[in-house]
Amino acid sequence: MNDDRPLIYKYLRHDKKFPHVWCGGCGIGIMLGSLIRAIDRIGYTKDEVVMVSGIGCSGRLPVYVDFNTLHTTHGRALTFATGVKLAKPDLKVIVIMGDGDATAIGGNHFIHAARRNLDLTAIIVNNNIYGMTGGQYSPTTPFGRRASTAVYGSVEHSFNISQLAVCAGAVFVGRGTVYHVRQLDGLIEKALLKSGFSVVEVISQCHTHFGRLNKLGNQIEMMKWQRDSAVPVEKALKMKPEEMEDKFEVGILVDREAPNYLEQYNKVRQKAKEAAGVPVESKEEEEENERREASDRH
Amino acid sequence: MKISKNPDPGPELLQGNEACAEGALAAGCRFFAGYPITPASEIAEYLSRRLPEMDGTFIQMEDEIASMGAVIGASLAGVKSMTATSGPGFSLMQENLGFACIAEVPSVVVDVMRGGPSTGLPTNPSQGDVMQARWGTHGDHPIIALCPSSVSECFSLTVKAFNFSEKYRTPVILLTDEVVAHMREKVVLPDPGAVEVIDRVKPSVPPEWYLPYEDTSFGVPPMGIFGEGYRYHVTGLVHDIRGFPTLRQDEIEPFLLRLFRKISTHFDDIQLVESFFTEDADLVIVAYGSVARSAHRAMVEARAQGIKVGLLKLITLWPFPRSFVEPLTRANKVLLVPEMNMGQISREVKRVNQGVARVKTLNKIDGTLITPKEILEKIREEKK
Repeated sequence: MNDDRPLIYKYLRHDKKFPHVWCGGCGIGIMLGSLIRAIDRIGYTKDEVVMVSGIGCSGRLPVYVDFNTLHTTHGRALTFATGVKLAKPDLKVIVIMGDGDATAIGGNHFIHAARRNLDLTAIIVNNNIYGMTGGQYSPTTPFGRRASTAVYGSVEHSFNISQLAVCAGAVFVGRGTVYHVRQLDGLIEKALLKSGFSVVEVISQCHTHFGRLNKLGNQIEMMKWQRDSAVPVEKALKMKPEEMEDKFEVGILVDREAPNYLEQYNKVRQKAKEAAGVPVESKEEEEENERREASDRH
Repeated sequence: MKISKNPDPGPELLQGNEACAEGALAAGCRFFAGYPITPASEIAEYLSRRLPEMDGTFIQMEDEIASMGAVIGASLAGVKSMTATSGPGFSLMQENLGFACIAEVPSVVVDVMRGGPSTGLPTNPSQGDVMQARWGTHGDHPIIALCPSSVSECFSLTVKAFNFSEKYRTPVILLTDEVVAHMREKVVLPDPGAVEVIDRVKPSVPPEWYLPYEDTSFGVPPMGIFGEGYRYHVTGLVHDIRGFPTLRQDEIEPFLLRLFRKISTHFDDIQLVESFFTEDADLVIVAYGSVARSAHRAMVEARAQGIKVGLLKLITLWPFPRSFVEPLTRANKVLLVPEMNMGQISREVKRVNQGVARVKTLNKIDGTLITPKEILEKIREEKK
């Protein structure tokens, strides 16, 4: 693999004190690498990208990167992002969340953002646990797995984040892992380019808490588990349910078209203007006005 | 292009909530996010029609937490934003209201007060959220809260709320009560050009020099807008002048103290009251919101009966206009504080008073407004 350190370096904030807050071996940094490569390939300028996050390990991500960055309250990142996008549709708004952030405290915002289909990209790092607060069980902690608040094993059933997003109406849903980095690069790029609400679930490891409490080994062992448990969507379709036990699909789970919120709301604006008798400028007139204004300035 | 619902400027019969919505538009508000709640829903309904006419945005969110989040996001992207709610929704907004305080994001929250606690009395008036407006979100923080007592003030104080929020980079709460919000009165709205509108100060230095949370002589740093070249970090964590989280004692306290100072050094501008015959009065009623209307009537009737009564109408509730109350207590006047709660502002009046003058309270929480007669009776009782 090429040395992409110069590329990553280009997008980091150099006036921010490093080292970062993540434990050595955390998957969030790997995901950030994929995200930066995707942004670079697409060619978004730093000024047009807004990176929004909630609270938790993943919530700390935006502070390190040189974009317009917004570190919001726990679970609420999508709501702030909704305001930013509606106010300035030209901005590329990317939302970074964790599993607890997106599907516990922010679960309601998550399903409604998917339903609304506003042009946002949500990247959810799923490490099956609350890392920053010390390893408490999250909505994606598998049944029976241990956490600092479930020392006898969790008795709750876990969410399948990607399926939740599909059912709630997201137009693009992809799942990758921090082990399968090239695939993750591609998934994030496709999600960013998709018009409407797109989701990428990133399976990652929290060896510090989830791994330790469940005796799953270090970060390398946990990444090997990702390698062995991930099944491409196409292959999973041909497998029996019992073969898929303890495994998960990776790839594009859904890629479909649905009316985008902003396109629809622009129609509302047109109708409201017509109803109020406001003269609606046609595209040509608008361009003509712009030309006139430009020549006035000279 | 001027868009006016009423093409002939002149008297209109407007509801308080409608006047509030018109005030927001006049102040330049182009984004509203909200969630249905009685008795504030008319503001959302009104703006859902008016905003798209003006290329603005209305969105109904999944709850009030989301509404406040969207308002902050839109403001950071450079659009003046507002939400409106009532007590239960206001409770849900407290989390992100704190974010707007610490990240210094201009935003306006209208809270139409209804009876509480909890679901309480959705259709009845109350003034039970005065302290929630002050201390509802956790942590030490300053806040501005304004309280209209008429439909006309619903318009003018919404404009004021936006102006304060832009000028001081702070959330501003407009505390109306159900009586004022649902009352219809004749108002003459000013010509849009005649309304004083203040916009936030944006940075003028080159982006590489910009320090988003730098102290200034005014106490308020210029605000960079997302997408305009000033890339910076916005966080709910205590941050340094660059916007980055900090745990340094020599950065934490100066930052938090500046948040207080930017408000406290401008009390003269922010604290609004109206005084009626307080000079020669033996008894001064301190009232706000719809109760100030009843108090005014009671004052007129008391004067007709030869009782020297005055009225201090509080328009700004927070920061509490101490400098207007203190002289009254020093002059040894009896203060009467009628309010539709168990004594939220009277508590503040007593705190200022320090036991110097007599402070009488008139509290009502039965879901009905306080009438002039009730205030008059209290005055007579006092004067016996």
